[in-house]
Amino acid sequence: MRYFEDFTPGTVLTLAPRHVTRAEIIAFAAEFDPQPFHLDEQAPASALVGGLIASGWHVSALFMRMICDAFMVDSSSMGSPGITTLKWQKPVRPGDTLSGTCTVLEARRSKSRPEMGIVRFRHEVVNQSGEIVMWLENPILFAARDGGQP
Amino acid sequence: MSAPASTPSSAYERVAVGDVYQFGSHTFSAEEIKRFAKAFDPQTFHLDEEAAAKSQFGKLAASGWHTTAVMMKLRVAYLTREMEKAAARGEPALRFGPSPGFDDLKWILPVHAGDTLAFTDAIVAKRHSKSRPGWGIVSMMTTAVNQRGETVFSVTGHVFAATGEG
Repeated sequence: MRYFEDFTPGTVLTLAPRHVTRAEIIAFAAEFDPQPFHLDEQAPASALVGGLIASGWHVSALFMRMICDAFMVDSSSMGSPGITTLKWQKPVRPGDTLSGTCTVLEARRSKSRPEMGIVRFRHEVVNQSGEIVMWLENPILFAARDGGQP
Repeated sequence: MSAPASTPSSAYERVAVGDVYQFGSHTFSAEEIKRFAKAFDPQTFHLDEEAAAKSQFGKLAASGWHTTAVMMKLRVAYLTREMEKAAARGEPALRFGPSPGFDDLKWILPVHAGDTLAFTDAIVAKRHSKSRPGWGIVSMMTTAVNQRGETVFSVTGHVFAATGEG
């Protein structure tokens, strides 16, 4: 179990590989983002983006699942207030395998609530060719192991 | 059939800074909150009422990525309806491309089971793309307000919009 104290600046956490199938790209898009280039290789709009691509919101949801499996579920996470910046840099396509890293940029204890701390991350999601498909920076809140009595 | 001379023909020209439109609302059920969380964000406060009661959220809370997915679902449905209306008026199709990303996303308050969020876009900026001729980038600030009038979510997103016709 990881607590606030374990996320020291410079710490790099690794995300396990995640294969992305055509069926799940289409299923997510059908429910949440039914634009032609997320649903149908043959759509004229898909030609402009080189074929079927995953919804960016699907990629961010997959990223969430990857960080849950890597460390969030087994941590003292108290959620996140938001995302500073997120870039969808390259399309994610059927058959891609995503992996990535989460680097701790900064960690500081909350002044008003010393029982928790704010950890600022840069996350990078890469494909099987090593290309960054998405990166983001965001703060995540974690309870402190010491309960606010350092 | 050609568009009336007064109607801008491209998606980029049709959008103006200062435009504001409410594009939909959605009520989050406990069942769908848990279903999304099980697939994408299996933290206990998104999955289980008892665990959520002991968490900082106090009650079952939707994954923040569930809120963004619902935002996209409502926006696509709204734009599809608007384009159908435009087509019925004989206006040319508007072409939007993918989004390069977003800034300043804020999950301000939790979204609980039974909450209804209403989403609004405000166009805040537009510029021609340097890397993609024929396309511009439109930026919009999206906010979601719950049934108590509280703003629970905001984000500034960006999307490619075609600058030419067809």
